[in-house]
Parts: sequence; C-alpha cells; structure tokens
Amino acid sequence: MNASEFPTPPLPTPPLPTNDASIRQALVAVQGVSLSFGGNTVLSNVDLNVRSGEIYSIIGPNGAGKTSLLNCINGFYKPTAGRISFDDKDMSRLSVSRLARMGVARTFQNLALFRDLSTIDNLLLGRNLMMKTSFAQAAWYWGATRNEELNHRAAVEETVHLLQLAGVRDATVGRLSYGTQKRIEFGRALASRPKLILLDEPMAGMTQVEKSEMSAFIRTANKLLDVTVILIEHDVGIIMDLSDRIAVLDRGVKIAEGSPRQISTDESVIAAYLGTDH
Amino acid sequence: MLYRIARRLPSSHSDSLRIIARKEDRAIALVAGLFILLVVPAIAGDYVLSALLIPFLILSIAAIGLNLVMGYAGQASLGTGGFMAVGAYTSYKLATNIPEIPIVLDFFLGGLAAALAGILFGLPSLRLKAFYLAISTLAFQFFAEWLFSKVSWFWNDNASGVVSIPAFDVLGITIEGPRQSYYLVCAIVAIMTLAAVNLMRSHVGRRWMAIRDNETAARLMGISVPAAKLQAFAISSFYCGVAGALWSFVYLKTLGVSSYSIDISFKIIFMIVIGGMGTILGSFIGAAFVLLMPVVLNAVTVALSLPIDTGSVSSLEQIFFGVLVIYFVLVEPRGIMHLLGKLHKKLVSWPLNIGR
Repeated sequence: MNASEFPTPPLPTPPLPTNDASIRQALVAVQGVSLSFGGNTVLSNVDLNVRSGEIYSIIGPNGAGKTSLLNCINGFYKPTAGRISFDDKDMSRLSVSRLARMGVARTFQNLALFRDLSTIDNLLLGRNLMMKTSFAQAAWYWGATRNEELNHRAAVEETVHLLQLAGVRDATVGRLSYGTQKRIEFGRALASRPKLILLDEPMAGMTQVEKSEMSAFIRTANKLLDVTVILIEHDVGIIMDLSDRIAVLDRGVKIAEGSPRQISTDESVIAAYLGTDH
Repeated sequence: MLYRIARRLPSSHSDSLRIIARKEDRAIALVAGLFILLVVPAIAGDYVLSALLIPFLILSIAAIGLNLVMGYAGQASLGTGGFMAVGAYTSYKLATNIPEIPIVLDFFLGGLAAALAGILFGLPSLRLKAFYLAISTLAFQFFAEWLFSKVSWFWNDNASGVVSIPAFDVLGITIEGPRQSYYLVCAIVAIMTLAAVNLMRSHVGRRWMAIRDNETAARLMGISVPAAKLQAFAISSFYCGVAGALWSFVYLKTLGVSSYSIDISFKIIFMIVIGGMGTILGSFIGAAFVLLMPVVLNAVTVALSLPIDTGSVSSLEQIFFGVLVIYFVLVEPRGIMHLLGKLHKKLVSWPLNIGR
C-alpha cells in the first residue's frame, strides 16, 4: 500500500492575479530619503519600494532609524532630503491629517489610544474622516447625524468581528490588557479602511499566543481588506513568516532588501545583528 | 430587583444610540421631568424657587459650558466668570438699545458674543497646555472684570456701576414672579442640555474627547486639532454667555461686574469637579451640591441648635467646602457621577453581590 492509492485532495484554487503583490506597482516609493536632527543623522539616502498589497517589513537593530522612517512616511517628520511618494503623488511635505485623508493609517510602538473612551468609540474615531454631518445636524442629532452614527456603527462592527473584540466592545480601553489595547489600536487603523497601514512593533510585549493571533489578524486584514502593510518588528521568526519582503536598516542606512529567504542568508544582515570579526 | 440587565442589553445599533440606555432609567427620567415641570412649581415656595432653584438651573448651564471645554475637550479654563460677563453685558446693551429684538434672542446673542470671546481667548490653547493655559484664561477673567468696570458704555453710562434690569416679557408674558422665571429658565436649560448631550454623543464630542485623551492620535485620525479646540472654546463660552445673561436678567435683576468675578469661575470649577468631569448630568449634580450645601449646613446648625452664629456658619461652610474639594480631587477625581455609576453597578447585580 503506497501513498498514490489515496486520492489527492484538489489543490486550492490559486489566488487571483491581483492578490499577487509582485506584479503590482509601487504604492509607496521612498527615494533617497535622509533625515537629520541637528548634527545627528538618523536616515541617510534610504530607498524603498513598497508594492501595493504586500506585507513589507523593516527590521534592524535598536536605533537603526526604523520608527523615524515610519514617521517620515506618516508625515510626523519631514525628510531633510529625498522624496516619498504615495500612489504616485509626492507626499513628503504633507501633514499628518492630509495623509490620513489619502488613506495612510498608523499604530504606535507605545500605544496611542484614546484611553478614557470605549473600544467602540476608539474604532469610530478611526472613521472620523468619513463623518460629514454638520455641527447643527449634530446638535439636533435625529435624522442625518443619527443615520450616520448607525452606518458607521455597523461598519465598525465588522472590525470588531474581524479582530474578535466583541467581548471588550464597551470597555474603557485604558483598563484593558496591553495585548488587547494593541489589537484595538490596529482595529482603529483598519476602521478607516486605509490603503496603507504602518505598524510600529504591533507585537512588542505580547505573549507568544497573542503574537501568533496578531500575525493572523495582520494577514487577514492584508488579504481580506486589501491593505498594504509596512511593519516594524523585532521577532525575527514572525517577520520571516509574515512578510512578503523585508528591508534591513542599520544606523540609518538600508543594508539589504529582499524576500525573507534572501534576508536570512544575507551576510551584511548577519553582521549587523551579530557583529563580525575584523 | 430594581435594576435588571437581562433582556435590557441593547439588541440593535439604534438601541445602543439612545441617550438613556436602560428602560427603567428612562422611566425614572420621565417621572423626574414631570416632577420638575408640574410638582415643583406647585409645592415650592417663592424663596425656594427664586433663591435656590433658579440660580441652580442657571449655574447648571454655566457648568455644562465649562464641562464641555474642560471635561470633554480637556482644555483648562478659569475664565468662566469672564465669559458670563460678556454674555450678560452684550444682552444688556442689546435689550436696552434695540428693544425690538425678543429678549430670549438677546440672551442667545449674548452667548454668541461670548463664543467670539471664547475663540479669541481660546487661541492660546493652540500653544499652551494644562496649567499654562489655565493662567492665560485667568488673564481673560481679569481683563473682562477690568473692561466691564472701567468702560461705562457697557452699562449705558449709568452713575452707578450696578444697574437694575428692566422687566421684560417673553412671548407676550411679562416675566415677574418666580414661577414664570422658573419656567423660562427650565425651557432654556432643557434646550441647551439636549443640544449638549447630542453634540457629545456625535462625532463633534468624540473629536473633542480624542483631543483630550491623545492629541497625536487625534491628528492621525485626521482631526484638525486647532479647529476642534477653538470650536470647544466657542461652544463652551456660548453656554457660559447665556448663563451669564440669565444670571443678571432672571436671577439677580441687576447687572454688576462683581457678580462675574473669579469667585464664580472657581465655584463652577468646583461644580464640575464634584459633579463629574466629562458628564452632562454631573454638571447638574455638581451645581446642586455646591448651591445646596450651604443651605443644608445652615439647616443642620439650626436643627441641632448649635451655639454658632451666622458668621461662623459661613466660615464653617468655607472649611467644609475646601475639605470636600480636596477629597474629590484626591479620592474621587471623577466626581459624584462616578460614585453613582458604582452604585448603579451594585444595584444591577443585587442581591447576588451581597456580602461581596
């Protein structure tokens, strides 16, 4: 009796071509970006190309400039030199809220939630830009504003479902566990239905179980909601599993870029992480 | 079991958007509303109406106003008295010089003038935070006091700095007795409270609270932080302005700058700290507490026939007051509303929580 006697199950249908990130165009193009504060150079001449629909990770030792790079893409910092384009539009001089309008969402390394508000209110704030009723309508509430609230409430409920937040829907977020807060922050970013989401260490301080849950959420969001992800993370195992492509920064310089397999064998990366004998 | 949550949880999104979630609570609110409108004016004497309830309702509006900017938007303000004065003097100028305008509209125009002052003196909030912002609003308070005591144009160049308010009528009814005043104030309070509640449960309030909790994240949500802060100052000052106008026109029947001193600013801060920051109902509870406490204290000393003269009672009042404020700041910074919330939770699970 050998294995060939068993009928092989049909192969899953291959993903639609649009889901294949490699043939899509660049969503974010970072070209020769440098950033310095006074005499302190944080980024020098960094080039990145993030394709639409991919999960793109940035790794590197502490102080490599990973968060600063996200802050540049996000509009918190203006690069000293170079250009960042998003959807083929130059965005290196745009404000944070302008970029939010264009579909860039973000989570922070140390959480930036609205601590005294409920999970639902935090998620609804993610949809803030879509709320268009006037001040007078809000003061009257019934009619336009109420309908708007109902619609967004229903839309936010999808995010609650996707990230399994139903149990903490009405809880004050400041009192929830760190892992849950991280998930809510991710949910708030997703609720705005962004094109691009920047995740700054979304799994820092989590248990192994929470980390694998979070990876699953990131992947689901990426595939299901068609959102491009730029991710900073220190857990190399997870990075290798999750990413389509990886860039390695060291002291403000990009030292490698490629698929997880390429990165794991790259000598300059090993040198940056472990040091080399000279 | 007075409270149940079984079959009382919201089962649709429209359920969850109600102002008062629980059915029992809605019934209580309805009964309370009818009581306030029908029973209170019937049983309360003139003194209770004109010396307790009317000032309570008017200062509640001011407390809501301060709560909007301080409790919801998180911007400290010590200028409440100043904004009230702007409302009062604007209404007075309009009422005396352009009598064609209905008087209630004058109150709201007074509020509008206060809102403009609020925007102007809210500008420092774009740069300053917390303590420093409080100081800059304090500057406005002193500026307003100076302005309305030095520029006699504001009180029509009267010889005395304190002018009396002429009688006025609303919808053809002359407001003279305390009952008419009470109903007028009730109507204005109802409208303004409803508007405040609606604003705070809509995206407007959510934006303010976002700024209070995390300005950076608020920017990330696409909120224009400067615009939202100025909006909060404007709306807050509008409420204070209307309250200021009513304070002179309906309660004091005179207009003088001493009624809008720093004392009243602090009084209203105490109201929202004791009542509960960031809650509309807390503004009312705080106002009732601050205004009724001296009365209760007086009644207690009389009832116990303590050998204390009235002067000592008022000093005692100050001491008691100070202790309470310190207590709330230290032990219960979320105020009476938070205490009530805890009680509510206990009632919901009663009797299963006995012994816990």
